[in-house]
Amino acid sequence: MSERMRNTTLFGLVAGLILLTGIMQSWNSALLIVNMGLISAIMALGVNLQWGFAGLFNVGIMGFVALGGLAAVLVSMPPTTEAWAAGGARVLAGLATGAGVLVATILVRRKMRPGSLRGLVTLALLVGGFFVFRAVFDPGVEAVEAVNPAGTGYLGGLGLPVLLAWPVGGLLAAGAAWIIGKAALGLRSDYLAIATLGIAEIILAVLKNEDWLARGVKNVNGLPRPVPYEVDLQNDPGFVGTVQGFGFDPVTASSITVKLGYAGLFACVLLVILVAAQLALNSPWGRMMRAIRDNEVAAEAMGKDVTRRHLQVFILGSAVCGIAGAMMTTLDGQLIPTSYQPLRFTFLVWVMVIVGGSGNNFGAVLGGFLIWFLWVQVEPMGLWLMQVITAPLAEGSALKAHLLESAAHMRLLTMGVILLLVLRFSPRGLIPGK
Amino acid sequence: MDVLNALVALSNFVLVPALAYGSQLALGALGVTLIYGILRFSNFAHGDTMAFGTMVTILVTWAMQAAGIGLGPLPTALLAMPFGILGCMALVLVTDHAVYRFYRVQKAKPVILVIVSIGVMFILNGLVRFVIGPDDQRFADGERFIISARTFKEMTGLEEGLAIRTTQGITVVTAVIVVALLFWFLNRTRTGKSMRAYSDNEDLALLSGINPDRVVMVTWLIVAALATVAGVLYGLDKSFKPFTYFQLLLPVFASAIVGGLGNPLGAIAGGFIIAFSEVTITYAWKKVLGYVMPEGLEPEGLVQLLSTDYKFAVSFVILLIVLLFRPTGLFRGKSV
Repeated sequence: MSERMRNTTLFGLVAGLILLTGIMQSWNSALLIVNMGLISAIMALGVNLQWGFAGLFNVGIMGFVALGGLAAVLVSMPPTTEAWAAGGARVLAGLATGAGVLVATILVRRKMRPGSLRGLVTLALLVGGFFVFRAVFDPGVEAVEAVNPAGTGYLGGLGLPVLLAWPVGGLLAAGAAWIIGKAALGLRSDYLAIATLGIAEIILAVLKNEDWLARGVKNVNGLPRPVPYEVDLQNDPGFVGTVQGFGFDPVTASSITVKLGYAGLFACVLLVILVAAQLALNSPWGRMMRAIRDNEVAAEAMGKDVTRRHLQVFILGSAVCGIAGAMMTTLDGQLIPTSYQPLRFTFLVWVMVIVGGSGNNFGAVLGGFLIWFLWVQVEPMGLWLMQVITAPLAEGSALKAHLLESAAHMRLLTMGVILLLVLRFSPRGLIPGK
Repeated sequence: MDVLNALVALSNFVLVPALAYGSQLALGALGVTLIYGILRFSNFAHGDTMAFGTMVTILVTWAMQAAGIGLGPLPTALLAMPFGILGCMALVLVTDHAVYRFYRVQKAKPVILVIVSIGVMFILNGLVRFVIGPDDQRFADGERFIISARTFKEMTGLEEGLAIRTTQGITVVTAVIVVALLFWFLNRTRTGKSMRAYSDNEDLALLSGINPDRVVMVTWLIVAALATVAGVLYGLDKSFKPFTYFQLLLPVFASAIVGGLGNPLGAIAGGFIIAFSEVTITYAWKKVLGYVMPEGLEPEGLVQLLSTDYKFAVSFVILLIVLLFRPTGLFRGKSV
């Protein structure tokens, strides 16, 4: 079988699986899988850019995805005018002070000669600056959070169209990636892994605790949508007439229409990123990246600035993850910081990339869809399996109840087994890179 | 000014908890650092290995409690811990045989082994949740305090009380015993010396007739014991929840890297550095400063530098500082 045939068959198989879901369960759940699959595919493309192109080991995907979600809130929610009046300026001034202290410290360090005096001055600047920052910042935060804490209690967003949040999410993630890359790239690969793991936890901690920013664990609900609401469609006589003409139930049809709308938007983004990644892979830049990945010493000897290129591709990949994060929050219509789990948002994306085929963009997309499909469907399958296994057990036995209850945790186990099997027997993935 | 009361308050809220937490981190970091030194990869499954060992211990503890076996004032879990260690040893030997060995023979790149360990992490995580469920489990029994705050106040007549929980005492004592045993093993026994030789220079060690399979097996066994002890102590001191153990990965790794990956002494130092900074930076200093500062200068606010939810940020920032200024760690670890 030729390579093209093989790949088409693989994509066809995954499409078939999703179609099967539509026929056996419902078209609603099939479209849900498609939508999240599209987003997962974009995340996998971002990680593939870092791992497959450049061999960078990033396990902070969750943080970049969460930053994208934050962008969705900051861009699309209406501003809380009372909160801005109460303490907005003070909060901004506080943030500026904090940034100023950091910049001043860096400048002073550059001016001074290395030695113990420089260390002392740095420490004094940082500690003193921290207290000044808190003195300016804290009253502002208190004032903002005191404004109608049950309803808003945060600064709100800019009130712009939510589609604008997608590129902004990419920019936010790129900024975070720049900071982390500056510090950890150029060191050993494991260090980058731990550093990214850490920054993801910190971004999450900030999202959970800084209520003035995005309401923390109180969540932000009701983000504006780029597609119409189901209720509006159901009340629209034109829409109802059209779908009834085809013989569909208006309620089901409206929710499917909305999901199709999202799917269309996501597919456009995926297509753009996929084309860009594909062009990049086959460009001189892509060849250089692969050369660096395969032999850093040789590439450096050829005059390539390895650390700079690594930083570049690290920022690009993280930005793609940020875009996907903003899209996901748009789809959910709410930002729930507690729902971000590293196993689900970082390590699952890794499974997608490895299973799909690292270094191949189509592989990443395929992995995104396939693994997401399994992630969703393993739970009902596991439950069914458990029911079959426990069928001979007496009704009401503790073991049976425990086994049935634990079936939900089968998906982690399955993902681990899939990852290990692929790594062992087909280490280059389903669609290997060249 | 009241130095004595300040000191007691400081010990009660900062020193004692940090000492216990630091011991737990140090034991965890020792496991990570040993794997790194001998097998040469960062084991992402370490948090879940800890969780697995603890889970076995908890199950045995429950069985013992049901059978009426106990240690009186000490927690029953101490009696169950050897079983947990054995269970964990069996687990790591099985994973090594079924998973890691293949890549070792192939001489795969360290980063591939890291990804493999992520797969193992998924499986262990699922397994632990599958058996014991994702919820909080408390399994500490026996006497709660060595000294309770009230007894201390009555004894000394001070305003501040100093409470030392049994679990904190046990943690520190156990950690000291385990670390002493480990260092005795590494420095005095033949197998321990061959492990250090293998870690320093693999080729030279092989040339001098050291059996690599044996070294690797012994390493896994020691790591399983360390992980179980660390996990049980942490669970006794706080509580057992699979997700928390997964999250311990970050401070544990931070400790190992700050001390210097591959260096056991560094891992211990790193554990205490991380623990003390986490606790001091997230502690509200109002009470202590209230005693020490002169009349009229007492702080009004809580004087809490960062809210406790940012404790991950603390370990991370220390990690970053060390990486920037001394990339091999404070105690000159390996750099592969």
